[in-house]
Amino acid sequence: MAEPEKPEASSISSQPSEPTPSPLVAAFQREHPDWVVQVIEALGETTLVVPKESIASICSFLKTWSETRFDFLSDLCGADRGVEEEPRFEVNYHLFSTTKHHRWRLKVLLNEDNIHVDSVTGVWRTANWHERETFDLFGVVFDGHPDLRRILLPEDWQGHSLRKDFPLRGYEPYSLK
Amino acid sequence: MSTASLPPQFEVVDRPLDTQMTISMGPQHPSTHGVLRLELVLDGETVVKATPDIGYLHTGMEKLFEYKKYQQGIVITDRMDYLNPLGNNLAYVMAGEKLLGLEIPERAQTIRVLMCELQRIASHLVWLGTHALDIGAMTVFFYCFREREKILNLIEAASGGRLTPSYFRIGGLMMDLPAGFENRCKQFLNDFPPAVDEFHTLLTGNKIFQKRTQGVGYISAEDAIDWGLSGPCLRGSGIALDIRRANPYCSYETYDFDIPTESDCDVWARYMVRMRELKESHKISVQALSRLKPGPVKADAPKVVLPDRQAMKKHMDALIHHFLIVAEGFDVPEGEVYHPIEASKGELGVYMKSNGGPKPARVHFRGPSFVNLSALPDIARGEMIADIVAVIGSLDIVLGEIDR
Repeated sequence: MAEPEKPEASSISSQPSEPTPSPLVAAFQREHPDWVVQVIEALGETTLVVPKESIASICSFLKTWSETRFDFLSDLCGADRGVEEEPRFEVNYHLFSTTKHHRWRLKVLLNEDNIHVDSVTGVWRTANWHERETFDLFGVVFDGHPDLRRILLPEDWQGHSLRKDFPLRGYEPYSLK
Repeated sequence: MSTASLPPQFEVVDRPLDTQMTISMGPQHPSTHGVLRLELVLDGETVVKATPDIGYLHTGMEKLFEYKKYQQGIVITDRMDYLNPLGNNLAYVMAGEKLLGLEIPERAQTIRVLMCELQRIASHLVWLGTHALDIGAMTVFFYCFREREKILNLIEAASGGRLTPSYFRIGGLMMDLPAGFENRCKQFLNDFPPAVDEFHTLLTGNKIFQKRTQGVGYISAEDAIDWGLSGPCLRGSGIALDIRRANPYCSYETYDFDIPTESDCDVWARYMVRMRELKESHKISVQALSRLKPGPVKADAPKVVLPDRQAMKKHMDALIHHFLIVAEGFDVPEGEVYHPIEASKGELGVYMKSNGGPKPARVHFRGPSFVNLSALPDIARGEMIADIVAVIGSLDIVLGEIDR
């Protein structure tokens, strides 16, 4: 009765180390070998870990490259991998093509002491609010963003609430002074 | 002597008027559909700059997900886009199912499609009623809510909740449809097309409504893609993109329906797209209802899906599984997924990350309202202040999803 999950679990954990990427990823790697740090193809999704210095150029390349045409930024979100993890933060870019209908995830890893990454608002304007939200909740600073302010939390809020070391109920009751 | 008693003369200064004025629209303004504040810079009646200010309804739902088990997170999703709770349930449970690698039985999938399409109709009816109300047509609101009430009764019959159904579970449904549901649903689906024609007679031929919406709130197809607009807002700019077709889920590829588009790129185009979508959703619902065959509504995964009440009374292992799922939750293997669905307002994506264990490491909702609203400054520039109301209505935003 308990069997059906087991093969799934093992296949998922073995997939990330699979060395043969899909043809599209391989073509991208041939085009720009230094732009791909790691390829993870699991659960039917493609994730590329990319160097954070070149995220803006990678995005503008993928937007116009005839093989991918990622003209639509579906989503951009941050994540905290845990307080003791070394690259502690990650920013995920979910790319979508309105003509080819495929999706990729780009992932950028950030250290806590240098939590800066280039903004992609110049590539897709929709990144504006997503980056403000990630700045608000994780404290990731997007260099070159036109208007990097808090968006969901009040301007005088202390800390970044989605970090793992931020308590669920906050440090103290918030009051409007 | 006499000059001293005269009143002082007013000095008439002939200088250009500095007419720019900054006003706050909201957060209590009725047409902002919740608690949205717009900071408007006006030149006379023309909007020079509109800056949305959001966050009044922020309740930290994404933080809360990390402290709750997977099955407890379903009830949080109901409270995001409260006009389309079943769509939120669906995106969330499908992300979890993708991580677990679960296969959902056919009957459960068909019921999911049926309920989501009914919910889409209900969501569009609230949009239509309030949009017309904002523009000044009050009657439509009552007609829309009359029809919506019938859908909410159907949802209540199936799940027990009207606005917060939490009907879908990771691995299937909470329970099967109640006896007599199919007949009630059939009755509603028979009555619905004449009701849509009624809405058309109230609004579509109405000269005032046409004047208020045509040519207002223009956004070109390129801008719409650049701003990440999705759903009816994108299709109103002439792009035939629907996640149900582009990345099918729940066997949507086997249903016969059209993707309505309009090329006018204005409020009127977005109105026409949604009006035609009412008919398309009705078409899908009829097909889903005709496909309903008896069968299981829960996946065969005893460690994830709660067992039947009857099985619990007869089998020791079912009782043990039930206890473990409720008390400790179920372990989800490590991994991350992004699952997009076509909600009533556009692309609703759930990013879910698991480090193993019964609680997610990160859940992020890509709300269509959040992204659609971010394009407002671009759409509103150069419009009249009265038209801002029409533009907000045509974007169909729900603040519960924007602020999360």
